[in-house]
Amino acid sequence: MNIIDTLEQEQLKKDIPEFSVGDTVKVYVKVVEGTRERLQAFEGTVIQRNGGSVRETFTVRRVSYGVGVERTFPLHSPRVAQIEILHRGRVRRAKLFYLRNRVGKAAKVREIQGNK
Amino acid sequence: MQKAILGKKLGMTQIFTEEGLMVPVTVVEAGPCVVTQVKTQEKDGYRALQIGFGDIRSTLVNQPRKGHFDKNSTPYRRYLREIRLDNTQDYQVGNEIKADVFAAGEKVDVSGITKGKGFAGVIKRWNQHRGPMAHGSRYHRRPGSLGPSSSPSRVFKTKHLPGRMGQNRVTIANLEVAKVDAQRNLLLIKGAVPGPKGTLLTIKDTVKR
Repeated sequence: MNIIDTLEQEQLKKDIPEFSVGDTVKVYVKVVEGTRERLQAFEGTVIQRNGGSVRETFTVRRVSYGVGVERTFPLHSPRVAQIEILHRGRVRRAKLFYLRNRVGKAAKVREIQGNK
Repeated sequence: MQKAILGKKLGMTQIFTEEGLMVPVTVVEAGPCVVTQVKTQEKDGYRALQIGFGDIRSTLVNQPRKGHFDKNSTPYRRYLREIRLDNTQDYQVGNEIKADVFAAGEKVDVSGITKGKGFAGVIKRWNQHRGPMAHGSRYHRRPGSLGPSSSPSRVFKTKHLPGRMGQNRVTIANLEVAKVDAQRNLLLIKGAVPGPKGTLLTIKDTVKR
């Protein structure tokens, strides 16, 4: 394996749970406030996974107070402390950008039954 | 300048810092270099180090160079480069210079030969603008007027015209060393450095302070 691939492999996290587009996840992000560091949670639907190796990112979408909020996290960033999977979703697309044009019940992803 | 090393550009990637920021880095295989000659004020009129880098089969080393290496019984190296340092008295022939002369956070200057672009027009070579491509302009990517006519009735030197571009020796100053891996002889330098992969690079501590 060439040295650049090796350098990238070394930076990959090994404890990332398997999750895919459509899942509902809770992401715990390390936030620095002055000198203190605390964990901040962001919960929503995964609408895309992009890139590979150390550059892989995922985007989480949620609707809060009627406003759609999307955050993109680098998957292997040391700031992303933990990813908790709440539901598995049944989807037929790799990117769920169509959710942006929907509101209310239509913006929901169907859950896979009998499987957490 | 206090220290320098030769290296080979391996390519670019991205690494996370401890704060979680992602920074672009160039991976350089730096050293181990061997000091093959120390030039002194008394003997040579100036002070410099000649250092060698890169493995080479002995069949590829020509006889004059072999003699030079054998004189001080230093190992054969592919590249020999001279570097003017302030503290040449600290080095002796046969000494090894490794990647760990640099530490993470230090600023360095990196020199190398840039990628050749061939015969390039003025838009690529001198960042000029092009004319309209349509509406019958008939003036697309040309260099334009070369200057006034009767006075000075010549074209000024250094007029920006098409020609060979790239393959120049260029120094990028004040780059930060992001990480040093002494075991694998690697330097990770923040940002881009000249040349394609495999280019020979000279890395020195920066002249900017």
